[in-house]
Amino acid sequence: MHTARGVSKKQFNRSLWGLLFISPWLIGFLVFQLYPLLASLVYSFTDFSILKKPVFIGFDNYIRMFTQDAHFWGSLKATLIYALISVPSKLIFALLIAMILNLKLKLINFFRTAYYLPSIMGGSVAIAILWRFLFMKSGIINRMLAIVGIPAIDWLGSPNVALITISLLVVWQFGSSMVLFLAGLKQIPEDLYEAGRIDGAGRIRLFFNITLPMLTPIIFFNLIMQSINALQEFTGAFVITNGGPMYATYLFGLKIYDDGFQFLKMGYASALSWVLFAIMMIFTALLFKSSNAWVHYEDGGDQQ
Amino acid sequence: MVYPLIWLFFASFKENTELFSSLQLLPKHFVWSSYPDGWQGAGQYTYTTFFGNSLWMVGWTVFFTLVSSILVAYGFSRFDFPCKKFLFMLMISTLMLPNAVIIIPRYILFKNFGWLDGYLPFIIPAAFACYPFFIFMLIQFFRGLPKELDESAELDGCNPLMTLTHILMPLSKPALFSAGIFQFMWTWNDFLNSLIYINSIRKFTVSLALRMAIDTTGGVTWNQIFAMSVVAVMPLVLIFFFAQKYFVEGIATTGLKG
Repeated sequence: MHTARGVSKKQFNRSLWGLLFISPWLIGFLVFQLYPLLASLVYSFTDFSILKKPVFIGFDNYIRMFTQDAHFWGSLKATLIYALISVPSKLIFALLIAMILNLKLKLINFFRTAYYLPSIMGGSVAIAILWRFLFMKSGIINRMLAIVGIPAIDWLGSPNVALITISLLVVWQFGSSMVLFLAGLKQIPEDLYEAGRIDGAGRIRLFFNITLPMLTPIIFFNLIMQSINALQEFTGAFVITNGGPMYATYLFGLKIYDDGFQFLKMGYASALSWVLFAIMMIFTALLFKSSNAWVHYEDGGDQQ
Repeated sequence: MVYPLIWLFFASFKENTELFSSLQLLPKHFVWSSYPDGWQGAGQYTYTTFFGNSLWMVGWTVFFTLVSSILVAYGFSRFDFPCKKFLFMLMISTLMLPNAVIIIPRYILFKNFGWLDGYLPFIIPAAFACYPFFIFMLIQFFRGLPKELDESAELDGCNPLMTLTHILMPLSKPALFSAGIFQFMWTWNDFLNSLIYINSIRKFTVSLALRMAIDTTGGVTWNQIFAMSVVAVMPLVLIFFFAQKYFVEGIATTGLKG
Protein backbone atom coordinates (compact mmCIF):
# COMPACT_ATOMS: atom_id res chain seq x y z
CA MET A 1 0.00 0.00 0.00
CA HIS A 2 2.66 2.41 1.07
CA THR A 3 4.96 1.57 -1.83
CA ALA A 4 2.11 1.77 -4.33
CA ARG A 5 1.31 5.26 -3.21
CA GLY A 6 4.98 6.16 -3.28
CA VAL A 7 5.30 4.98 -6.87
CA SER A 8 2.21 6.78 -8.02
CA LYS A 9 3.34 9.95 -6.35
CA LYS A 10 6.62 9.67 -8.18
CA GLN A 11 4.78 9.11 -11.42
CA PHE A 12 2.60 12.10 -10.71
CA ASN A 13 5.73 14.17 -10.15
CA ARG A 14 7.25 13.03 -13.40
CA SER A 15 4.03 13.89 -15.20
CA LEU A 16 4.28 17.38 -13.83
CA TRP A 17 7.90 17.69 -14.91
CA GLY A 18 7.00 16.43 -18.36
CA LEU A 19 4.20 18.93 -18.74
CA LEU A 20 6.47 21.66 -17.47
CA PHE A 21 9.08 20.83 -20.10
CA ILE A 22 6.63 20.79 -22.97
CA SER A 23 4.78 23.89 -21.77
CA PRO A 24 6.74 26.32 -23.99
CA TRP A 25 5.61 24.36 -27.01
CA LEU A 26 2.06 24.04 -25.70
CA ILE A 27 1.78 27.82 -25.28
CA GLY A 28 3.54 28.49 -28.58
CA PHE A 29 1.29 26.03 -30.36
CA LEU A 30 -1.90 27.55 -28.96
CA VAL A 31 -0.91 31.19 -29.46
CA PHE A 32 1.20 31.15 -32.62
CA GLN A 33 -0.19 28.20 -34.55
CA LEU A 34 -3.66 27.04 -33.53
CA TYR A 35 -5.09 30.48 -32.85
CA PRO A 36 -3.79 31.95 -36.14
CA LEU A 37 -5.11 28.94 -38.01
CA LEU A 38 -8.61 29.35 -36.59
CA ALA A 39 -8.47 33.13 -36.84
CA SER A 40 -7.61 33.00 -40.52
CA LEU A 41 -10.60 30.73 -41.06
CA VAL A 42 -12.84 33.24 -39.28
CA TYR A 43 -11.28 36.21 -41.13
CA SER A 44 -11.90 34.44 -44.41
CA PHE A 45 -15.62 35.02 -43.90
CA THR A 46 -15.17 38.72 -43.22
CA ASP A 47 -14.45 41.95 -44.97
CA PHE A 48 -11.40 43.04 -43.03
CA SER A 49 -8.87 45.69 -43.77
CA ILE A 50 -6.45 46.27 -40.97
CA LEU A 51 -7.83 49.79 -40.49
CA LYS A 52 -11.39 48.87 -39.60
CA LYS A 53 -13.14 46.11 -37.70
CA PRO A 54 -13.96 42.86 -39.50
CA VAL A 55 -17.48 42.64 -40.92
CA PHE A 56 -19.00 39.21 -41.41
CA ILE A 57 -19.88 38.64 -45.06
CA GLY A 58 -20.39 34.87 -45.25
CA PHE A 59 -19.03 33.19 -48.33
CA ASP A 60 -18.62 36.41 -50.32
CA ASN A 61 -14.82 36.24 -50.37
CA TYR A 62 -14.90 32.72 -51.73
CA ILE A 63 -17.58 33.51 -54.26
CA ARG A 64 -15.71 36.59 -55.39
CA MET A 65 -12.43 34.78 -55.95
CA PHE A 66 -14.05 32.07 -58.04
CA THR A 67 -16.17 34.40 -60.11
CA GLN A 68 -14.75 37.94 -60.16
CA ASP A 69 -11.06 37.93 -59.31
CA ALA A 70 -9.15 38.47 -62.55
CA HIS A 71 -6.01 36.75 -61.29
CA PHE A 72 -7.30 33.92 -59.12
CA TRP A 73 -7.48 31.13 -61.68
CA GLY A 74 -4.34 32.26 -63.47
CA SER A 75 -2.40 32.38 -60.26
CA LEU A 76 -3.69 28.98 -59.19
CA LYS A 77 -2.74 27.53 -62.55
CA ALA A 78 0.72 29.10 -62.46
CA THR A 79 1.31 27.68 -58.97
CA LEU A 80 0.23 24.17 -59.92
CA ILE A 81 2.33 24.22 -63.08
CA TYR A 82 5.26 25.56 -61.11
CA ALA A 83 4.97 22.72 -58.58
CA LEU A 84 4.46 20.21 -61.36
CA ILE A 85 7.64 21.33 -63.12
CA SER A 86 9.89 21.98 -60.17
CA VAL A 87 9.15 19.12 -57.76
CA PRO A 88 9.54 16.12 -60.11
CA SER A 89 12.55 17.60 -61.91
CA LYS A 90 14.23 18.34 -58.62
CA LEU A 91 13.64 14.83 -57.32
CA ILE A 92 14.71 13.10 -60.55
CA PHE A 93 17.83 15.22 -60.66
CA ALA A 94 18.59 14.60 -56.99
CA LEU A 95 18.21 10.85 -57.46
CA LEU A 96 20.35 10.81 -60.57
CA ILE A 97 23.22 12.66 -58.92
CA ALA A 98 22.88 10.60 -55.75
CA MET A 99 23.26 7.43 -57.80
CA ILE A 100 26.34 8.77 -59.50
CA LEU A 101 27.82 9.81 -56.17
CA ASN A 102 26.99 6.42 -54.72
CA LEU A 103 29.45 4.78 -57.09
CA LYS A 104 32.76 4.44 -55.36
CA LEU A 105 34.24 7.62 -56.73
CA LYS A 106 37.38 9.38 -55.72
CA LEU A 107 36.86 12.89 -54.39
CA ILE A 108 33.36 11.88 -53.37
CA ASN A 109 33.32 14.33 -50.49
CA PHE A 110 34.34 17.15 -52.73
CA PHE A 111 31.48 16.47 -55.15
CA ARG A 112 28.98 16.01 -52.38
CA THR A 113 29.97 19.41 -51.04
CA ALA A 114 29.85 21.05 -54.44
CA TYR A 115 26.38 19.71 -55.18
CA TYR A 116 25.07 20.62 -51.79
CA LEU A 117 26.39 24.16 -51.66
CA PRO A 118 23.60 25.78 -53.75
CA SER A 119 21.00 24.41 -51.37
CA ILE A 120 22.26 26.19 -48.30
CA MET A 121 21.77 29.52 -49.99
CA GLY A 122 18.29 28.33 -50.72
CA GLY A 123 15.74 31.04 -51.02
CA SER A 124 18.16 33.85 -50.30
CA VAL A 125 17.62 37.15 -52.03
CA ALA A 126 21.27 37.28 -53.07
CA ILE A 127 20.87 34.17 -55.20
CA ALA A 128 17.54 35.31 -56.63
CA ILE A 129 19.24 38.52 -57.76
CA LEU A 130 22.03 36.50 -59.36
CA TRP A 131 19.44 34.39 -61.16
CA ARG A 132 17.71 37.47 -62.45
CA PHE A 133 20.97 38.73 -63.90
CA LEU A 134 22.03 35.42 -65.41
CA PHE A 135 18.74 34.95 -67.23
CA MET A 136 18.27 38.50 -68.44
CA LYS A 137 17.76 38.86 -72.17
CA SER A 138 21.31 40.11 -72.56
CA GLY A 139 22.48 37.90 -69.72
CA ILE A 140 25.21 35.32 -69.45
CA ILE A 141 23.03 32.32 -70.26
CA ASN A 142 21.92 33.73 -73.59
CA ARG A 143 25.43 34.82 -74.48
CA MET A 144 26.67 31.30 -73.79
CA LEU A 145 23.92 29.84 -75.91
CA ALA A 146 24.92 32.21 -78.69
CA ILE A 147 28.37 30.64 -78.77
CA VAL A 148 26.91 27.26 -79.64
CA GLY A 149 24.54 28.94 -82.08
CA ILE A 150 21.32 28.76 -80.14
CA PRO A 151 19.26 31.94 -80.55
CA ALA A 152 18.55 34.00 -77.45
CA ILE A 153 15.64 32.88 -75.31
CA ASP A 154 13.60 35.48 -73.48
CA TRP A 155 13.92 33.66 -70.16
CA LEU A 156 12.16 36.20 -68.01
CA GLY A 157 10.17 38.21 -70.54
CA SER A 158 8.22 35.47 -72.23
CA PRO A 159 5.18 34.25 -70.30
CA ASN A 160 5.65 30.63 -71.33
CA VAL A 161 9.30 30.45 -70.37
CA ALA A 162 9.42 32.57 -67.21
CA LEU A 163 7.73 29.93 -65.09
CA ILE A 164 10.34 27.39 -66.15
CA THR A 165 13.13 29.86 -65.39
CA ILE A 166 12.05 30.39 -61.81
CA SER A 167 11.58 26.68 -61.26
CA LEU A 168 15.11 26.07 -62.55
CA LEU A 169 16.32 27.94 -59.50
CA VAL A 170 14.63 25.42 -57.22
CA VAL A 171 15.82 22.46 -59.24
CA TRP A 172 19.35 23.79 -58.85
CA GLN A 173 18.93 23.50 -55.10
CA PHE A 174 18.49 19.76 -55.11
CA GLY A 175 21.19 19.16 -52.49
CA SER A 176 19.14 18.19 -49.45
CA SER A 177 16.97 15.75 -51.41
CA MET A 178 20.15 14.32 -52.87
CA VAL A 179 21.68 13.73 -49.46
CA LEU A 180 18.51 11.93 -48.39
CA PHE A 181 18.63 9.72 -51.46
CA LEU A 182 22.30 9.06 -50.88
CA ALA A 183 21.57 7.93 -47.34
CA GLY A 184 18.79 5.72 -48.68
CA LEU A 185 20.97 4.18 -51.36
CA LYS A 186 23.56 3.21 -48.80
CA GLN A 187 20.88 1.31 -46.85
CA ILE A 188 20.08 -1.03 -49.72
CA PRO A 189 21.79 -4.37 -49.01
CA GLU A 190 24.26 -5.41 -51.66
CA ASP A 191 23.05 -9.02 -51.70
CA LEU A 192 19.74 -7.89 -53.22
CA TYR A 193 21.68 -6.76 -56.25
CA GLU A 194 23.75 -9.97 -56.19
CA ALA A 195 20.58 -12.02 -56.30
CA GLY A 196 19.22 -9.87 -59.07
CA ARG A 197 22.35 -10.29 -61.16
CA ILE A 198 22.31 -14.05 -60.70
CA ASP A 199 18.77 -14.01 -62.03
CA GLY A 200 20.17 -12.28 -65.08
CA ALA A 201 18.73 -8.81 -64.55
CA GLY A 202 20.39 -5.92 -66.36
CA ARG A 203 21.16 -2.53 -64.88
CA ILE A 204 17.84 -1.06 -65.87
CA ARG A 205 15.88 -3.98 -64.40
CA LEU A 206 17.92 -3.74 -61.19
CA PHE A 207 17.10 -0.06 -60.96
CA PHE A 208 13.36 -0.49 -61.46
CA ASN A 209 12.99 -3.68 -59.45
CA ILE A 210 15.31 -3.02 -56.54
CA THR A 211 16.64 0.53 -56.25
CA LEU A 212 13.43 2.41 -56.94
CA PRO A 213 11.14 0.30 -54.71
CA MET A 214 13.64 0.47 -51.86
CA LEU A 215 13.73 4.26 -52.13
CA THR A 216 9.98 4.80 -52.20
CA PRO A 217 9.72 5.89 -48.53
CA ILE A 218 12.26 8.64 -49.20
CA ILE A 219 10.60 9.61 -52.45
CA PHE A 220 7.29 9.81 -50.62
CA PHE A 221 8.70 12.02 -47.86
CA ASN A 222 10.45 14.29 -50.35
CA LEU A 223 7.38 14.53 -52.53
CA ILE A 224 5.20 15.76 -49.67
CA MET A 225 7.67 18.24 -48.18
CA GLN A 226 8.82 19.65 -51.52
CA SER A 227 5.28 20.03 -52.82
CA ILE A 228 4.19 21.94 -49.73
CA ASN A 229 7.19 24.21 -50.18
CA ALA A 230 6.61 24.67 -53.89
CA LEU A 231 2.95 25.60 -53.44
CA GLN A 232 4.02 28.38 -51.05
CA GLU A 233 7.00 29.66 -53.06
CA PHE A 234 7.53 33.39 -52.75
CA THR A 235 11.07 34.78 -52.78
CA GLY A 236 12.17 33.51 -56.20
CA ALA A 237 9.12 34.69 -58.08
CA PHE A 238 8.97 37.96 -56.18
CA VAL A 239 12.61 38.97 -56.71
CA ILE A 240 13.26 37.50 -60.16
CA THR A 241 10.09 38.30 -62.08
CA ASN A 242 7.81 39.98 -59.54
CA GLY A 243 4.92 37.96 -60.89
CA GLY A 244 5.38 38.99 -64.49
CA PRO A 245 5.40 38.96 -67.44
CA MET A 246 1.66 39.31 -67.82
CA TYR A 247 1.13 37.56 -64.48
CA ALA A 248 2.72 34.36 -65.82
CA THR A 249 4.69 33.85 -62.59
CA TYR A 250 2.12 35.39 -60.27
CA LEU A 251 2.28 32.47 -57.85
CA PHE A 252 -0.32 32.04 -55.15
CA GLY A 253 2.13 33.14 -52.47
CA LEU A 254 2.55 36.46 -54.28
CA LYS A 255 -1.17 36.89 -54.62
CA ILE A 256 -1.76 36.33 -50.91
CA TYR A 257 1.01 38.81 -50.12
CA ASP A 258 -0.39 41.43 -52.51
CA ASP A 259 -4.01 41.16 -51.42
CA GLY A 260 -3.16 41.00 -47.73
CA PHE A 261 -0.22 43.32 -47.27
CA GLN A 262 -0.32 45.63 -50.28
CA PHE A 263 -4.07 46.12 -50.67
CA LEU A 264 -4.78 45.38 -46.98
CA LYS A 265 -7.66 43.04 -47.84
CA MET A 266 -6.86 40.78 -44.91
CA GLY A 267 -10.16 38.91 -44.99
CA TYR A 268 -9.89 38.18 -48.66
CA ALA A 269 -6.25 37.13 -48.37
CA SER A 270 -7.21 34.78 -45.54
CA ALA A 271 -9.79 33.17 -47.77
CA LEU A 272 -7.12 32.74 -50.45
CA SER A 273 -4.78 31.15 -47.97
CA TRP A 274 -7.47 28.68 -46.96
CA VAL A 275 -7.96 27.67 -50.56
CA LEU A 276 -4.23 27.01 -50.74
CA PHE A 277 -4.38 25.07 -47.49
CA ALA A 278 -7.29 22.99 -48.78
CA ILE A 279 -5.33 22.15 -51.92
CA MET A 280 -2.35 21.10 -49.85
CA MET A 281 -4.49 18.95 -47.57
CA ILE A 282 -6.23 17.24 -50.48
CA PHE A 283 -2.91 16.66 -52.18
CA THR A 284 -1.28 15.27 -49.04
CA ALA A 285 -4.29 13.06 -48.32
CA LEU A 286 -4.22 11.67 -51.85
CA LEU A 287 -0.51 10.99 -51.58
CA PHE A 288 -0.97 9.19 -48.28
CA LYS A 289 -3.85 7.17 -49.73
CA SER A 290 -1.89 6.22 -52.80
CA SER A 291 1.19 5.42 -50.74
CA ASN A 292 -0.17 1.98 -49.83
CA ALA A 293 0.07 1.08 -53.47
CA TRP A 294 3.58 2.27 -54.18
CA VAL A 295 5.52 2.99 -51.01
CA HIS A 296 7.42 -0.06 -49.92
CA TYR A 297 8.30 -0.43 -46.25
CA GLU A 298 10.63 -3.20 -45.31
CA ASP A 299 9.18 -5.42 -42.55
CA GLY A 300 6.11 -3.22 -42.62
CA GLY A 301 6.87 -1.31 -39.44
CA ASP A 302 10.54 -0.54 -39.50
CA GLN A 303 9.94 3.19 -39.84
CA GLN A 304 10.18 5.16 -36.64
CA MET B 1 26.70 23.17 -60.20
CA VAL B 2 28.75 25.71 -58.33
CA TYR B 3 29.55 27.62 -61.50
CA PRO B 4 26.91 30.33 -60.88
CA LEU B 5 28.38 30.86 -57.43
CA ILE B 6 31.92 31.10 -58.74
CA TRP B 7 30.67 33.43 -61.44
CA LEU B 8 29.01 35.59 -58.81
CA PHE B 9 32.24 35.78 -56.86
CA PHE B 10 34.33 36.94 -59.80
CA ALA B 11 31.58 39.19 -61.14
CA SER B 12 31.84 41.22 -57.96
CA PHE B 13 35.38 42.22 -59.03
CA LYS B 14 34.47 43.13 -62.58
CA GLU B 15 33.80 46.56 -63.94
CA ASN B 16 30.13 47.22 -64.42
CA THR B 17 30.46 47.48 -68.22
CA GLU B 18 32.38 44.24 -68.40
CA LEU B 19 29.43 42.43 -66.81
CA PHE B 20 27.44 43.08 -69.95
CA SER B 21 30.14 42.70 -72.54
CA SER B 22 32.43 39.84 -71.67
CA LEU B 23 31.84 36.15 -71.16
CA GLN B 24 35.07 35.47 -69.39
CA LEU B 25 34.91 34.16 -65.90
CA LEU B 26 37.90 36.09 -64.64
CA PRO B 27 37.73 39.88 -64.64
CA LYS B 28 39.99 41.73 -67.09
CA HIS B 29 41.35 43.60 -64.16
CA PHE B 30 40.19 43.27 -60.61
CA VAL B 31 38.13 46.15 -59.29
CA TRP B 32 38.20 46.21 -55.53
CA SER B 33 36.10 49.28 -54.99
CA SER B 34 32.78 47.49 -55.50
CA TYR B 35 33.06 46.14 -51.97
CA PRO B 36 33.64 49.39 -50.05
CA ASP B 37 31.26 51.28 -52.38
CA GLY B 38 28.55 48.63 -52.13
CA TRP B 39 28.97 48.53 -48.37
CA GLN B 40 27.99 52.20 -48.23
CA GLY B 41 24.46 51.25 -49.30
CA ALA B 42 22.18 53.61 -51.17
CA GLY B 43 20.75 55.81 -48.45
CA GLN B 44 21.86 56.92 -45.07
CA TYR B 45 22.55 53.44 -43.69
CA THR B 46 25.47 51.22 -44.56
CA TYR B 47 25.67 47.47 -44.57
CA THR B 48 27.20 47.71 -41.12
CA THR B 49 23.69 48.49 -39.91
CA PHE B 50 22.04 45.79 -42.02
CA PHE B 51 24.54 43.15 -41.02
CA GLY B 52 24.23 44.10 -37.39
CA ASN B 53 20.44 43.82 -37.67
CA SER B 54 20.60 40.42 -39.35
CA LEU B 55 23.05 39.05 -36.82
CA TRP B 56 21.04 40.37 -33.90
CA MET B 57 17.80 38.90 -35.20
CA VAL B 58 19.30 35.58 -36.22
CA GLY B 59 21.41 35.22 -33.08
CA TRP B 60 18.51 35.53 -30.66
CA THR B 61 16.23 33.42 -32.82
CA VAL B 62 18.76 30.60 -32.94
CA PHE B 63 19.47 30.85 -29.22
CA PHE B 64 15.83 30.69 -28.19
CA THR B 65 15.00 27.98 -30.70
CA LEU B 66 17.67 25.76 -29.19
CA VAL B 67 16.69 26.43 -25.58
CA SER B 68 12.98 25.90 -26.10
CA SER B 69 13.33 22.94 -28.46
CA ILE B 70 15.62 21.01 -26.15
CA LEU B 71 13.28 21.47 -23.19
CA VAL B 72 10.29 20.28 -25.18
CA ALA B 73 12.17 17.41 -26.79
CA TYR B 74 13.31 16.30 -23.35
CA GLY B 75 9.75 16.43 -22.07
CA PHE B 76 8.43 14.33 -24.93
CA SER B 77 11.21 11.78 -24.98
CA ARG B 78 11.68 11.07 -21.26
CA PHE B 79 8.41 11.71 -19.43
CA ASP B 80 4.92 10.29 -19.37
CA PHE B 81 1.99 12.61 -18.96
CA PRO B 82 -1.68 12.65 -19.88
CA CYS B 83 -2.48 12.94 -23.61
CA LYS B 84 1.18 12.57 -24.50
CA LYS B 85 0.50 10.56 -27.65
CA PHE B 86 -2.10 13.04 -28.82
CA LEU B 87 0.10 16.06 -28.13
CA PHE B 88 3.01 14.43 -29.89
CA MET B 89 0.86 13.78 -32.95
CA LEU B 90 -0.27 17.38 -32.86
CA MET B 91 3.31 18.59 -32.71
CA ILE B 92 4.35 16.38 -35.61
CA SER B 93 1.36 17.42 -37.71
CA THR B 94 2.37 21.08 -37.40
CA LEU B 95 5.48 20.14 -39.39
CA MET B 96 3.19 20.37 -42.37
CA LEU B 97 1.34 23.51 -41.36
CA PRO B 98 2.00 25.99 -44.15
CA ASN B 99 3.29 29.41 -43.20
CA ALA B 100 1.08 30.97 -45.88
CA VAL B 101 -2.08 30.11 -43.94
CA ILE B 102 -1.18 31.64 -40.61
CA ILE B 103 0.76 34.63 -41.83
CA ILE B 104 -2.14 37.10 -41.81
CA PRO B 105 -3.55 36.42 -38.32
CA ARG B 106 -0.01 36.33 -36.99
CA TYR B 107 0.62 39.73 -38.48
CA ILE B 108 -2.51 41.12 -36.87
CA LEU B 109 -1.64 39.47 -33.56
CA PHE B 110 1.86 40.96 -33.58
CA LYS B 111 0.45 44.32 -34.54
CA ASN B 112 -1.84 44.19 -31.52
CA PHE B 113 1.12 43.25 -29.35
CA GLY B 114 2.98 46.26 -30.76
CA TRP B 115 5.77 44.08 -32.14
CA LEU B 116 5.74 45.32 -35.74
CA ASP B 117 8.87 46.85 -37.18
CA GLY B 118 11.06 44.89 -34.81
CA TYR B 119 12.52 41.43 -34.38
CA LEU B 120 10.14 40.11 -31.74
CA PRO B 121 7.93 38.40 -34.38
CA PHE B 122 10.95 36.19 -35.05
CA ILE B 123 12.34 35.81 -31.56
CA ILE B 124 9.25 35.20 -29.44
CA PRO B 125 7.82 32.30 -31.51
CA ALA B 126 11.30 30.78 -31.36
CA ALA B 127 11.26 31.06 -27.57
CA PHE B 128 7.95 29.16 -27.56
CA ALA B 129 9.27 26.28 -29.66
CA CYS B 130 7.32 27.07 -32.80
CA TYR B 131 9.75 25.08 -34.94
CA PRO B 132 8.54 21.49 -34.63
CA PHE B 133 11.24 20.33 -36.98
CA PHE B 134 13.94 20.92 -34.39
CA ILE B 135 11.91 19.38 -31.58
CA PHE B 136 11.46 16.30 -33.71
CA MET B 137 15.14 16.21 -34.57
CA LEU B 138 16.20 16.41 -30.92
CA ILE B 139 13.62 13.81 -29.85
CA GLN B 140 15.10 11.43 -32.40
CA PHE B 141 18.51 12.15 -30.94
CA PHE B 142 17.44 11.65 -27.31
CA ARG B 143 15.88 8.33 -28.25
CA GLY B 144 19.35 7.15 -29.09
CA LEU B 145 20.72 7.99 -25.63
CA PRO B 146 20.30 5.26 -22.98
CA LYS B 147 17.75 5.97 -20.26
CA GLU B 148 20.07 4.46 -17.66
CA LEU B 149 22.03 7.69 -17.84
CA ASP B 150 19.05 9.66 -16.55
CA GLU B 151 18.27 7.10 -13.92
CA SER B 152 21.75 7.09 -12.46
CA ALA B 153 21.81 10.87 -12.45
CA GLU B 154 18.55 10.81 -10.57
CA LEU B 155 19.98 8.38 -8.00
CA ASP B 156 22.82 10.81 -7.53
CA GLY B 157 20.25 13.42 -6.57
CA CYS B 158 19.77 15.36 -9.77
CA ASN B 159 16.35 16.74 -10.47
CA PRO B 160 15.11 16.37 -14.07
CA LEU B 161 16.29 19.83 -15.10
CA MET B 162 19.79 19.16 -13.77
CA THR B 163 19.80 15.79 -15.51
CA LEU B 164 19.09 17.60 -18.75
CA THR B 165 21.70 20.30 -18.33
CA HIS B 166 24.45 18.14 -16.78
CA ILE B 167 24.06 14.79 -18.50
CA LEU B 168 22.04 14.99 -21.71
CA MET B 169 22.97 18.39 -23.07
CA PRO B 170 26.72 17.79 -23.16
CA LEU B 171 26.02 14.58 -25.06
CA SER B 172 23.69 16.31 -27.53
CA LYS B 173 26.20 18.84 -28.74
CA PRO B 174 26.23 17.44 -32.29
CA ALA B 175 22.44 17.50 -32.55
CA LEU B 176 22.19 20.97 -31.03
CA PHE B 177 24.91 22.16 -33.33
CA SER B 178 23.17 20.98 -36.47
CA ALA B 179 19.82 22.35 -35.29
CA GLY B 180 21.51 25.70 -34.65
CA ILE B 181 23.12 25.72 -38.07
CA PHE B 182 19.87 25.03 -39.86
CA GLN B 183 17.99 27.64 -37.91
CA PHE B 184 20.76 30.14 -38.61
CA MET B 185 20.55 29.39 -42.31
CA TRP B 186 16.77 29.61 -42.53
CA THR B 187 16.50 32.80 -40.52
CA TRP B 188 19.41 34.39 -42.33
CA ASN B 189 17.79 33.64 -45.70
CA ASP B 190 14.29 34.55 -44.59
CA PHE B 191 12.75 37.12 -46.86
CA LEU B 192 8.96 37.02 -46.76
CA ASN B 193 8.68 37.47 -42.99
CA SER B 194 11.29 40.23 -42.94
CA LEU B 195 9.43 41.94 -45.75
CA ILE B 196 6.18 41.86 -43.84
CA TYR B 197 7.34 42.71 -40.34
CA ILE B 198 10.13 45.21 -40.89
CA ASN B 199 9.38 48.60 -42.39
CA SER B 200 11.97 51.13 -41.40
CA ILE B 201 15.21 51.03 -43.33
CA ARG B 202 17.21 51.42 -40.14
CA LYS B 203 15.96 47.97 -39.11
CA PHE B 204 16.36 46.27 -42.50
CA THR B 205 18.08 42.92 -42.63
CA VAL B 206 20.62 42.10 -45.33
CA SER B 207 17.93 40.43 -47.46
CA LEU B 208 15.77 43.52 -47.43
CA ALA B 209 18.72 45.78 -48.11
CA LEU B 210 19.71 43.75 -51.16
CA ARG B 211 16.22 43.75 -52.50
CA MET B 212 16.06 47.52 -51.99
CA ALA B 213 19.35 47.89 -53.86
CA ILE B 214 18.07 46.31 -57.06
CA ASP B 215 14.91 48.38 -56.86
CA THR B 216 16.43 51.76 -56.33
CA THR B 217 19.53 51.65 -58.47
CA GLY B 218 17.85 49.98 -61.41
CA GLY B 219 20.84 47.75 -61.97
CA VAL B 220 23.26 50.56 -62.65
CA THR B 221 25.87 49.25 -60.26
CA TRP B 222 25.53 45.52 -60.59
CA ASN B 223 29.09 44.89 -59.47
CA GLN B 224 28.32 46.52 -56.14
CA ILE B 225 25.14 44.52 -55.79
CA PHE B 226 27.06 41.35 -56.53
CA ALA B 227 29.72 42.33 -54.04
CA MET B 228 27.08 42.70 -51.34
CA SER B 229 25.47 39.42 -52.45
CA VAL B 230 28.80 37.71 -51.91
CA VAL B 231 29.04 39.26 -48.48
CA ALA B 232 25.45 38.25 -47.74
CA VAL B 233 26.03 34.58 -48.45
CA MET B 234 29.48 34.52 -46.87
CA PRO B 235 28.29 33.54 -43.37
CA LEU B 236 26.44 30.59 -44.90
CA VAL B 237 29.45 29.47 -46.89
CA LEU B 238 31.74 29.75 -43.89
CA ILE B 239 29.38 27.83 -41.64
CA PHE B 240 28.98 25.23 -44.31
CA PHE B 241 32.68 24.61 -44.69
CA PHE B 242 33.41 24.55 -41.01
CA ALA B 243 30.45 22.40 -40.10
CA GLN B 244 29.94 20.17 -43.12
CA LYS B 245 29.81 17.02 -41.08
CA TYR B 246 26.82 18.29 -39.12
CA PHE B 247 25.01 19.40 -42.22
CA VAL B 248 25.08 16.09 -43.92
CA GLU B 249 24.37 14.20 -40.70
CA GLY B 250 21.52 16.51 -39.82
CA ILE B 251 19.88 15.94 -43.16
CA ALA B 252 20.61 12.28 -43.52
CA THR B 253 19.30 11.34 -40.10
CA THR B 254 16.12 13.36 -40.10
CA GLY B 255 15.38 14.49 -43.62
CA LEU B 256 14.27 17.99 -44.40
CA LYS B 257 13.49 20.66 -46.88
CA GLY B 258 16.02 22.65 -48.83
